[in-house]
Amino acid sequence: MKYLISLLVGMALGATAFLALLYFNPLTLQNKLSPLSVTENELITLHYSAVATDTLIYTNDGESQVAPHPTKVLQLWEQPIRKTAALATVLRDGRNQVAGIGLKISSDSESTNILNGEAIVDSVWHIYLPGRGSLFIEQQENYWTYLRKVVGPAYWSSADNWRGIWNGNLTSGPGALGTSRVVGGSGEFAELDSIGVESLLAKAYSVEQGPVALSAELLIEIPRRDALAAMPDP
Amino acid sequence: MFKSFIAGILLGIAVVGGVLYYYPAVDQFRERSLVVVRPNQDSTESFHINVPMDRILIGAPGQQEPLPAGLQWPDDEELAGTRAELFKIRNGKDAVVGVASRIAASHTDTGDVIEWVLHLPARGSVYMTMQPEATDAGYRIGELATGTREFSLLHGPVTERWIAGTSKSEDAPAGRIEITMSFVAKELEEI
Repeated sequence: MKYLISLLVGMALGATAFLALLYFNPLTLQNKLSPLSVTENELITLHYSAVATDTLIYTNDGESQVAPHPTKVLQLWEQPIRKTAALATVLRDGRNQVAGIGLKISSDSESTNILNGEAIVDSVWHIYLPGRGSLFIEQQENYWTYLRKVVGPAYWSSADNWRGIWNGNLTSGPGALGTSRVVGGSGEFAELDSIGVESLLAKAYSVEQGPVALSAELLIEIPRRDALAAMPDP
Repeated sequence: MFKSFIAGILLGIAVVGGVLYYYPAVDQFRERSLVVVRPNQDSTESFHINVPMDRILIGAPGQQEPLPAGLQWPDDEELAGTRAELFKIRNGKDAVVGVASRIAASHTDTGDVIEWVLHLPARGSVYMTMQPEATDAGYRIGELATGTREFSLLHGPVTERWIAGTSKSEDAPAGRIEITMSFVAKELEEI
Protein backbone atom coordinates (compact mmCIF):
# COMPACT_ATOMS: atom_id res chain seq x y z
CA MET A 1 0.00 0.00 0.00
CA LYS A 2 2.77 2.42 0.90
CA TYR A 3 4.39 1.76 -2.49
CA LEU A 4 1.16 2.65 -4.24
CA ILE A 5 0.79 5.85 -2.20
CA SER A 6 4.38 6.90 -2.91
CA LEU A 7 3.81 6.15 -6.62
CA LEU A 8 0.66 8.30 -6.68
CA VAL A 9 2.33 11.13 -4.73
CA GLY A 10 5.27 10.94 -7.12
CA MET A 11 2.90 11.06 -10.12
CA ALA A 12 1.14 14.14 -8.75
CA LEU A 13 4.48 15.81 -8.09
CA GLY A 14 5.84 14.89 -11.53
CA ALA A 15 2.72 16.15 -13.30
CA THR A 16 2.75 19.40 -11.31
CA ALA A 17 6.47 19.93 -11.90
CA PHE A 18 6.03 19.31 -15.63
CA LEU A 19 3.12 21.77 -15.90
CA ALA A 20 5.06 24.35 -13.85
CA LEU A 21 8.06 23.94 -16.16
CA LEU A 22 5.82 24.50 -19.19
CA TYR A 23 4.26 27.59 -17.62
CA PHE A 24 7.49 29.19 -16.44
CA ASN A 25 9.67 28.08 -19.36
CA PRO A 26 11.51 31.29 -20.36
CA LEU A 27 12.29 29.85 -23.79
CA THR A 28 8.64 30.07 -24.83
CA LEU A 29 8.38 33.82 -24.22
CA GLN A 30 8.04 35.81 -27.40
CA ASN A 31 10.47 38.40 -28.65
CA LYS A 32 9.19 41.91 -28.06
CA LEU A 33 11.10 43.37 -30.98
CA SER A 34 9.01 43.76 -34.12
CA PRO A 35 10.74 42.81 -37.37
CA LEU A 36 9.19 45.97 -38.83
CA SER A 37 11.14 48.19 -36.46
CA VAL A 38 14.14 48.05 -38.80
CA THR A 39 12.33 48.54 -42.09
CA GLU A 40 13.12 51.45 -44.37
CA ASN A 41 9.71 51.29 -46.02
CA GLU A 42 6.63 53.35 -45.15
CA LEU A 43 4.66 51.99 -42.22
CA ILE A 44 0.94 52.46 -41.71
CA THR A 45 0.12 52.59 -38.00
CA LEU A 46 -3.43 51.88 -36.90
CA HIS A 47 -4.61 51.91 -33.30
CA TYR A 48 -7.75 50.61 -31.63
CA SER A 49 -8.94 49.77 -28.15
CA ALA A 50 -9.13 46.01 -27.65
CA VAL A 51 -11.59 46.33 -24.76
CA ALA A 52 -14.91 44.87 -25.94
CA THR A 53 -17.03 47.78 -24.67
CA ASP A 54 -14.87 50.26 -26.61
CA THR A 55 -15.48 48.53 -29.94
CA LEU A 56 -18.47 49.16 -32.20
CA ILE A 57 -19.49 45.55 -31.73
CA TYR A 58 -17.85 42.48 -30.23
CA THR A 59 -19.45 39.07 -30.34
CA ASN A 60 -18.54 35.52 -29.40
CA ASP A 61 -20.40 32.43 -28.14
CA GLY A 62 -21.90 34.42 -25.27
CA GLU A 63 -20.43 32.10 -22.63
CA SER A 64 -16.83 33.27 -22.76
CA GLN A 65 -15.26 35.54 -20.17
CA VAL A 66 -15.57 38.66 -22.32
CA ALA A 67 -19.24 39.52 -22.77
CA PRO A 68 -20.57 40.50 -26.21
CA HIS A 69 -21.12 44.21 -26.84
CA PRO A 70 -23.71 45.65 -27.20
CA THR A 71 -25.70 43.13 -25.21
CA LYS A 72 -28.24 42.48 -27.98
CA VAL A 73 -25.68 41.59 -30.63
CA LEU A 74 -26.20 38.22 -32.36
CA GLN A 75 -24.02 35.60 -30.68
CA LEU A 76 -21.92 32.95 -32.40
CA TRP A 77 -23.38 29.93 -30.60
CA GLU A 78 -23.52 27.43 -33.48
CA GLN A 79 -21.02 24.60 -33.11
CA PRO A 80 -18.74 25.40 -36.11
CA ILE A 81 -18.31 29.03 -34.96
CA ARG A 82 -18.46 28.56 -31.18
CA LYS A 83 -14.69 29.14 -30.83
CA THR A 84 -14.85 32.27 -32.97
CA ALA A 85 -15.08 35.95 -32.08
CA ALA A 86 -15.79 38.93 -34.32
CA LEU A 87 -15.38 42.63 -33.74
CA ALA A 88 -15.85 45.86 -35.63
CA THR A 89 -13.89 48.88 -34.57
CA VAL A 90 -12.82 52.34 -35.60
CA LEU A 91 -9.14 52.41 -36.50
CA ARG A 92 -7.13 55.54 -35.66
CA ASP A 93 -3.87 56.73 -37.11
CA GLY A 94 -0.75 57.85 -35.25
CA ARG A 95 -2.30 61.28 -34.60
CA ASN A 96 -5.42 59.63 -33.10
CA GLN A 97 -7.55 60.72 -36.06
CA VAL A 98 -10.16 58.36 -37.52
CA ALA A 99 -8.38 56.43 -40.28
CA GLY A 100 -10.98 53.81 -41.17
CA ILE A 101 -13.01 50.80 -40.17
CA GLY A 102 -11.66 47.38 -39.26
CA LEU A 103 -13.50 44.08 -38.98
CA LYS A 104 -11.61 41.29 -37.24
CA ILE A 105 -12.68 37.65 -37.13
CA SER A 106 -10.65 35.26 -34.94
CA SER A 107 -10.86 31.56 -34.16
CA ASP A 108 -8.96 29.32 -31.79
CA SER A 109 -6.41 27.53 -33.92
CA GLU A 110 -5.89 23.80 -34.15
CA SER A 111 -2.17 24.52 -34.32
CA THR A 112 -2.24 25.46 -30.63
CA ASN A 113 0.49 23.49 -28.87
CA ILE A 114 0.85 23.95 -25.13
CA LEU A 115 4.11 21.96 -25.08
CA ASN A 116 5.73 24.61 -27.28
CA GLY A 117 4.10 27.56 -25.52
CA GLU A 118 1.78 28.26 -28.42
CA ALA A 119 -1.77 29.48 -27.69
CA ILE A 120 -2.61 30.24 -31.30
CA VAL A 121 -5.53 32.18 -32.73
CA ASP A 122 -6.13 32.32 -36.49
CA SER A 123 -7.44 35.75 -37.34
CA VAL A 124 -8.23 37.89 -40.36
CA TRP A 125 -8.69 41.64 -40.64
CA HIS A 126 -10.86 43.30 -43.25
CA ILE A 127 -9.92 46.97 -43.29
CA TYR A 128 -11.13 49.97 -45.26
CA LEU A 129 -9.33 53.30 -45.04
CA PRO A 130 -11.44 55.96 -46.81
CA GLY A 131 -9.47 57.72 -49.51
CA ARG A 132 -6.72 55.11 -49.46
CA GLY A 133 -8.25 51.67 -50.06
CA SER A 134 -8.87 48.29 -48.52
CA LEU A 135 -6.69 45.63 -46.97
CA PHE A 136 -6.94 41.99 -45.97
CA ILE A 137 -4.65 40.72 -43.23
CA GLU A 138 -4.11 37.07 -42.42
CA GLN A 139 -2.27 36.24 -39.23
CA GLN A 140 -1.66 33.72 -36.51
CA GLU A 141 -1.53 35.28 -33.08
CA ASN A 142 0.22 33.66 -30.16
CA TYR A 143 -1.40 34.67 -26.85
CA TRP A 144 0.88 32.53 -24.66
CA THR A 145 3.03 35.40 -23.35
CA TYR A 146 -0.07 37.57 -22.79
CA LEU A 147 -1.70 34.70 -20.84
CA ARG A 148 1.45 34.23 -18.76
CA LYS A 149 2.21 37.87 -18.06
CA VAL A 150 -1.28 39.35 -17.73
CA VAL A 151 -4.09 36.80 -17.40
CA GLY A 152 -2.27 34.34 -15.12
CA PRO A 153 -1.14 36.96 -12.58
CA ALA A 154 -4.70 38.35 -12.49
CA TYR A 155 -6.03 34.94 -11.44
CA TRP A 156 -3.28 34.56 -8.85
CA SER A 157 -3.91 37.99 -7.39
CA SER A 158 -6.07 38.05 -4.25
CA ALA A 159 -7.88 41.05 -5.76
CA ASP A 160 -8.66 39.06 -8.92
CA ASN A 161 -7.09 41.66 -11.16
CA TRP A 162 -3.79 42.73 -12.70
CA ARG A 163 -2.38 46.21 -13.15
CA GLY A 164 0.87 47.10 -14.81
CA ILE A 165 2.28 47.60 -18.27
CA TRP A 166 2.78 44.75 -20.69
CA ASN A 167 3.61 45.42 -24.30
CA GLY A 168 4.17 42.59 -26.77
CA ASN A 169 3.70 41.37 -30.31
CA LEU A 170 0.84 38.98 -30.90
CA THR A 171 1.57 38.11 -34.51
CA SER A 172 3.53 34.89 -34.85
CA GLY A 173 2.86 33.97 -38.48
CA PRO A 174 2.41 33.01 -41.21
CA GLY A 175 5.59 34.99 -42.04
CA ALA A 176 8.82 33.30 -40.96
CA LEU A 177 9.84 36.34 -38.90
CA GLY A 178 6.54 36.43 -37.02
CA THR A 179 4.71 38.70 -39.44
CA SER A 180 1.23 38.66 -40.89
CA ARG A 181 0.42 38.58 -44.61
CA VAL A 182 -1.19 41.74 -45.94
CA VAL A 183 -3.01 41.79 -49.29
CA GLY A 184 -4.36 44.97 -50.81
CA GLY A 185 -7.77 45.07 -52.44
CA SER A 186 -8.44 48.52 -53.80
CA GLY A 187 -7.23 52.10 -54.11
CA GLU A 188 -3.55 52.70 -53.48
CA PHE A 189 -3.31 49.23 -51.92
CA ALA A 190 -4.45 47.36 -55.05
CA GLU A 191 -1.92 44.62 -55.92
CA LEU A 192 -0.19 45.14 -52.56
CA ASP A 193 1.44 42.05 -51.05
CA SER A 194 3.16 42.94 -47.83
CA ILE A 195 3.61 42.11 -44.17
CA GLY A 196 2.37 43.47 -40.86
CA VAL A 197 2.51 43.00 -37.11
CA GLU A 198 -0.17 43.41 -34.42
CA SER A 199 0.85 44.23 -30.86
CA LEU A 200 -0.94 44.75 -27.56
CA LEU A 201 -0.41 47.21 -24.73
CA ALA A 202 -2.12 45.91 -21.58
CA LYS A 203 -2.52 48.05 -18.47
CA ALA A 204 -5.32 46.41 -16.51
CA TYR A 205 -7.09 43.05 -16.50
CA SER A 206 -9.97 41.83 -14.37
CA VAL A 207 -10.88 38.18 -13.82
CA GLU A 208 -14.54 39.17 -13.84
CA GLN A 209 -14.62 41.38 -16.96
CA GLY A 210 -11.51 40.40 -18.92
CA PRO A 211 -9.38 43.20 -20.38
CA VAL A 212 -10.05 46.58 -18.74
CA ALA A 213 -7.33 48.72 -20.31
CA LEU A 214 -5.98 47.13 -23.46
CA SER A 215 -4.98 48.91 -26.65
CA ALA A 216 -3.71 47.37 -29.86
CA GLU A 217 -1.59 48.57 -32.73
CA LEU A 218 -1.44 47.31 -36.29
CA LEU A 219 1.74 48.04 -38.21
CA ILE A 220 1.59 47.51 -41.96
CA GLU A 221 4.60 47.84 -44.21
CA ILE A 222 4.07 49.54 -47.56
CA PRO A 223 7.00 48.69 -49.85
CA ARG A 224 8.37 51.59 -51.87
CA ARG A 225 7.33 51.43 -55.52
CA ASP A 226 10.88 52.24 -56.71
CA ALA A 227 12.27 49.42 -54.56
CA LEU A 228 9.77 47.00 -56.07
CA ALA A 229 10.62 48.12 -59.61
CA ALA A 230 14.35 47.64 -58.98
CA MET A 231 13.83 44.11 -57.63
CA PRO A 232 15.00 41.47 -60.17
CA ASP A 233 12.36 39.11 -61.47
CA PRO A 234 13.18 35.57 -60.27
CA MET B 1 9.39 3.08 -1.54
CA PHE B 2 11.81 5.75 -2.77
CA LYS B 3 12.11 3.94 -6.09
CA SER B 4 8.32 3.86 -6.53
CA PHE B 5 8.22 7.59 -5.68
CA ILE B 6 10.82 8.33 -8.41
CA ALA B 7 8.96 6.06 -10.81
CA GLY B 8 5.77 7.99 -9.97
CA ILE B 9 7.43 11.32 -10.83
CA LEU B 10 8.60 9.98 -14.18
CA LEU B 11 5.19 8.44 -14.84
CA GLY B 12 3.45 11.73 -13.99
CA ILE B 13 5.69 13.62 -16.42
CA ALA B 14 5.09 11.00 -19.10
CA VAL B 15 1.30 11.02 -18.63
CA VAL B 16 0.97 14.83 -18.77
CA GLY B 17 3.41 15.06 -21.68
CA GLY B 18 1.57 12.31 -23.54
CA VAL B 19 -1.84 13.89 -22.98
CA LEU B 20 -0.63 17.31 -24.14
CA TYR B 21 1.09 15.78 -27.16
CA TYR B 22 -1.69 13.52 -28.37
CA TYR B 23 -4.85 15.31 -27.22
CA PRO B 24 -5.52 18.42 -29.36
CA ALA B 25 -5.98 21.56 -27.27
CA VAL B 26 -8.34 22.92 -29.92
CA ASP B 27 -10.54 20.79 -32.15
CA GLN B 28 -12.78 22.84 -34.43
CA PHE B 29 -16.11 21.31 -35.40
CA ARG B 30 -16.29 20.57 -39.12
CA GLU B 31 -19.29 20.57 -41.40
CA ARG B 32 -18.71 18.57 -44.56
CA SER B 33 -17.46 20.70 -47.49
CA LEU B 34 -20.12 20.72 -50.22
CA VAL B 35 -17.89 21.23 -53.24
CA VAL B 36 -19.27 20.42 -56.69
CA VAL B 37 -16.57 19.25 -59.10
CA ARG B 38 -17.51 19.88 -62.73
CA PRO B 39 -15.81 17.46 -65.16
CA ASN B 40 -12.94 19.14 -67.04
CA GLN B 41 -13.89 22.45 -65.48
CA ASP B 42 -13.51 24.16 -62.16
CA SER B 43 -15.06 23.31 -58.81
CA THR B 44 -17.81 25.39 -57.22
CA GLU B 45 -18.92 25.92 -53.66
CA SER B 46 -21.87 28.02 -52.57
CA PHE B 47 -22.61 29.76 -49.31
CA HIS B 48 -25.61 31.82 -48.35
CA ILE B 49 -26.83 34.24 -45.72
CA ASN B 50 -30.43 34.17 -44.56
CA VAL B 51 -31.64 37.74 -44.20
CA PRO B 52 -32.39 39.11 -41.68
CA MET B 53 -31.62 36.34 -39.15
CA ASP B 54 -27.92 35.93 -40.01
CA ARG B 55 -27.12 39.62 -39.86
CA ILE B 56 -24.77 40.53 -36.99
CA LEU B 57 -23.93 44.12 -37.91
CA ILE B 58 -25.03 46.79 -40.33
CA GLY B 59 -22.63 49.65 -39.84
CA ALA B 60 -23.61 52.70 -41.82
CA PRO B 61 -24.23 56.33 -41.01
CA GLY B 62 -27.74 57.67 -40.32
CA GLN B 63 -29.60 54.41 -39.63
CA GLN B 64 -33.06 54.75 -38.07
CA GLU B 65 -32.84 51.35 -36.39
CA PRO B 66 -29.21 50.33 -35.91
CA LEU B 67 -28.29 46.66 -35.97
CA PRO B 68 -27.49 45.44 -33.37
CA ALA B 69 -29.68 47.57 -31.11
CA GLY B 70 -27.43 49.86 -29.13
CA LEU B 71 -24.83 50.20 -31.88
CA GLN B 72 -23.25 53.65 -31.88
CA TRP B 73 -21.86 54.04 -35.37
CA PRO B 74 -19.31 56.89 -35.51
CA ASP B 75 -20.71 60.10 -36.92
CA ASP B 76 -17.44 60.95 -38.63
CA GLU B 77 -17.24 62.66 -41.99
CA GLU B 78 -14.39 60.37 -42.99
CA LEU B 79 -16.69 57.33 -42.80
CA ALA B 80 -19.68 58.91 -44.53
CA GLY B 81 -19.57 56.64 -47.59
CA THR B 82 -18.62 53.44 -45.79
CA ARG B 83 -20.93 50.53 -44.98
CA ALA B 84 -19.56 47.58 -43.01
CA GLU B 85 -21.52 44.41 -42.34
CA LEU B 86 -21.01 41.15 -40.49
CA PHE B 87 -22.99 37.98 -41.10
CA LYS B 88 -23.13 34.33 -40.25
CA ILE B 89 -22.70 32.23 -43.38
CA ARG B 90 -24.32 28.90 -44.20
CA ASN B 91 -23.45 26.03 -46.52
CA GLY B 92 -25.74 24.28 -48.99
CA LYS B 93 -27.38 22.31 -46.18
CA ASP B 94 -28.34 25.56 -44.40
CA ALA B 95 -25.88 24.87 -41.56
CA VAL B 96 -23.90 27.80 -40.17
CA VAL B 97 -20.25 27.24 -41.07
CA GLY B 98 -18.57 30.61 -40.60
CA VAL B 99 -18.64 34.36 -40.29
CA ALA B 100 -18.41 36.86 -43.15
CA SER B 101 -17.66 40.54 -43.42
CA ARG B 102 -18.72 42.80 -46.27
CA ILE B 103 -17.50 46.31 -46.92
CA ALA B 104 -19.18 48.57 -49.44
CA ALA B 105 -17.69 52.02 -49.80
CA SER B 106 -17.69 54.93 -52.16
CA HIS B 107 -15.00 57.59 -52.24
CA THR B 108 -13.75 60.00 -54.88
CA ASP B 109 -10.16 58.74 -54.52
CA THR B 110 -10.77 54.99 -54.39
CA GLY B 111 -14.01 54.72 -56.38
CA ASP B 112 -16.65 52.19 -55.43
CA VAL B 113 -15.46 49.24 -53.37
CA ILE B 114 -17.39 46.07 -52.58
CA GLU B 115 -15.54 43.25 -50.85
CA TRP B 116 -16.18 40.11 -48.86
CA VAL B 117 -14.15 38.13 -46.37
CA LEU B 118 -15.47 34.67 -45.54
CA HIS B 119 -13.98 33.02 -42.45
CA LEU B 120 -14.59 29.32 -41.92
CA PRO B 121 -12.86 28.40 -38.64
CA ALA B 122 -12.07 24.80 -39.54
CA ARG B 123 -10.97 25.54 -43.10
CA GLY B 124 -9.55 29.04 -43.60
CA SER B 125 -10.57 32.39 -45.01
CA VAL B 126 -11.32 33.86 -48.41
CA TYR B 127 -10.90 37.46 -49.57
CA MET B 128 -13.12 38.43 -52.51
CA THR B 129 -13.14 41.70 -54.41
CA MET B 130 -16.31 42.42 -56.40
CA GLN B 131 -17.10 44.63 -59.36
CA PRO B 132 -19.33 47.46 -58.11
CA GLU B 133 -21.81 47.18 -60.97
CA ALA B 134 -24.20 44.21 -61.05
CA THR B 135 -24.80 42.38 -64.34
CA ASP B 136 -28.16 42.53 -66.14
CA ALA B 137 -28.95 39.10 -64.70
CA GLY B 138 -28.76 40.51 -61.18
CA TYR B 139 -25.37 39.06 -60.30
CA ARG B 140 -22.35 40.89 -59.04
CA ILE B 141 -19.14 39.30 -60.29
CA GLY B 142 -15.80 39.36 -58.56
CA GLU B 143 -12.70 37.32 -57.97
CA LEU B 144 -11.15 35.27 -55.23
CA ALA B 145 -8.27 37.62 -54.50
CA THR B 146 -6.55 35.44 -51.94
CA GLY B 147 -7.23 32.79 -49.34
CA THR B 148 -5.71 31.19 -46.30
CA ARG B 149 -5.06 27.56 -45.33
CA GLU B 150 -7.42 25.36 -47.39
CA PHE B 151 -8.13 28.23 -49.79
CA SER B 152 -4.56 29.52 -50.11
CA LEU B 153 -3.84 27.84 -53.45
CA LEU B 154 -7.21 28.54 -55.07
CA HIS B 155 -8.13 31.18 -57.60
CA GLY B 156 -11.20 31.95 -59.65
CA PRO B 157 -14.35 34.01 -60.13
CA VAL B 158 -17.04 34.54 -57.52
CA THR B 159 -20.60 35.80 -57.75
CA GLU B 160 -22.91 37.50 -55.30
CA ARG B 161 -26.65 37.73 -55.76
CA TRP B 162 -29.81 38.47 -53.83
CA ILE B 163 -32.59 35.88 -53.94
CA ALA B 164 -35.92 37.06 -52.56
CA GLY B 165 -37.75 34.63 -50.28
CA THR B 166 -40.95 33.03 -51.53
CA SER B 167 -42.29 31.52 -48.31
CA LYS B 168 -45.12 33.39 -46.59
CA SER B 169 -44.30 31.92 -43.19
CA GLU B 170 -43.51 34.50 -40.50
CA ASP B 171 -40.30 32.69 -39.56
CA ALA B 172 -39.05 32.41 -43.13
CA PRO B 173 -36.23 34.68 -44.25
CA ALA B 174 -37.05 37.69 -46.42
CA GLY B 175 -34.43 36.41 -48.78
CA ARG B 176 -30.87 35.33 -48.98
CA ILE B 177 -27.54 36.51 -50.25
CA GLU B 178 -25.89 33.74 -52.24
CA ILE B 179 -22.14 33.66 -52.79
CA THR B 180 -20.76 31.15 -55.25
CA MET B 181 -17.05 30.52 -55.68
CA SER B 182 -15.73 28.80 -58.81
CA PHE B 183 -12.13 27.88 -58.27
CA VAL B 184 -9.17 26.00 -59.62
CA ALA B 185 -5.75 25.56 -58.04
CA LYS B 186 -3.35 28.30 -59.12
CA GLU B 187 -0.87 25.70 -60.39
CA LEU B 188 -3.49 24.14 -62.66
CA GLU B 189 -4.46 27.55 -64.02
CA GLU B 190 -0.84 28.22 -64.96
CA ILE B 191 -0.68 24.89 -66.86
